[in-house]
Amino acid sequence: MEKNTSCFFSNSSPNLVITCFVAFITIILVRFLYVIYRTGKPLNKRTPQQTLSTLIVLGSGGHTAEMINLLLVLQKDRFTPRFYIAAATDNMSLQKARVFENSLVDSGVKGISAEFMQIYRSREVGQSYVTSVWTTLVATAHALWLMIKIRPQVVLCNGPGTCIPLCVIAFIFKVVGIRWSSIFYVESIARVKRLSLSGLLLYKLQIADQFFVQWPQLQRKYPRARYVGCLM
Amino acid sequence: MGEARDGVKVKRVVFVTVGTTCFDALVKVADCQEVKDELYRRGYTDLLIQMGRGSYLPAKSTGDDGSLAVDYFTFSSSIVDHLRSASLVISHAGSGSIFETLQLGKPLIVVVNEDLMDNHQSELAEELAERKHLYCSRPLTLHQTIASMDLNSLVPYTPGDATPVAKLINRFLGFPEES
Repeated sequence: MEKNTSCFFSNSSPNLVITCFVAFITIILVRFLYVIYRTGKPLNKRTPQQTLSTLIVLGSGGHTAEMINLLLVLQKDRFTPRFYIAAATDNMSLQKARVFENSLVDSGVKGISAEFMQIYRSREVGQSYVTSVWTTLVATAHALWLMIKIRPQVVLCNGPGTCIPLCVIAFIFKVVGIRWSSIFYVESIARVKRLSLSGLLLYKLQIADQFFVQWPQLQRKYPRARYVGCLM
Repeated sequence: MGEARDGVKVKRVVFVTVGTTCFDALVKVADCQEVKDELYRRGYTDLLIQMGRGSYLPAKSTGDDGSLAVDYFTFSSSIVDHLRSASLVISHAGSGSIFETLQLGKPLIVVVNEDLMDNHQSELAEELAERKHLYCSRPLTLHQTIASMDLNSLVPYTPGDATPVAKLINRFLGFPEES
């Protein structure tokens, strides 16, 4: 009878809830430790035909130019489809990316697949820190929405603040099992002696699988970074 | 006045660029008499200033009175052509401007904007100056840099290469070695 079953559930449901909760937390913790353990370890050998969906984070100043420079030497048929994200107030970066993708089409590369998206900025230059709390929340929600749509297997970024929410969400996706991704961070060539704030965060939190720097001084200061020389 | 003895006056253009920034201090000092005289003394004929988002407007001049011809504009979609036709480039410390100029093999004076907060840009300019790829200066010392510079002592910059990073990324992802 309904009365009996409701009594049965109301007696044991607190225990059930607690058990479920503890089990859930344990699973997440185990996953978290597993992801930390596997971060930075190379993936297994791939079959030649396999492609990886790639998220490319662009930024104002020299960031986009440096990123395009890197994309020129990556095999386009391996890193596809490509998703470009730039901050909503950055007018030039997506345009530069479009020009780059068009040049690939013009030079006869087949099967081009690229999408261009804008993301809200966590904080504009000079914005008050009080209002920044709200805008950061909005930006993070927007980042989550975009990442759920894209679910990239590879993340390429080189410094703009927009990459932080995206990288953190990519990491969370790995923990929760939504999508495994490899996160590559190349610190900007303009950073010779000190890391940028984005670089420092990703380095300390050990979120990036590979952390590249372009000047030897940085490699000496941050031993887990890999020195690759100047890209420009 | 086209009656120069050799018939055609060879143009030696100094191109000043502030990129997409506002850097009135550089535009002002490039337009000041001290710097213009120094440039003229060193054999330059034209001064072209790309002034970006700044509010200071230089004084245009045709240079017919035996001085530097001066012109300016705010932005252009690509400054590569201006860089190519310049004999000397004076630039803000943005990495894009710096490397675009170095890759064209043009002599470069980088002027660091002291009004910027957290000036990480100066790190790059100073490092490249230490390696003798360019001269590094502040707005107030620009005329001294121009007076004392020896462009022949600059070391050509070998363009960088992104292939090592690409190789490491490919190896990490398990892609085979051959491109």
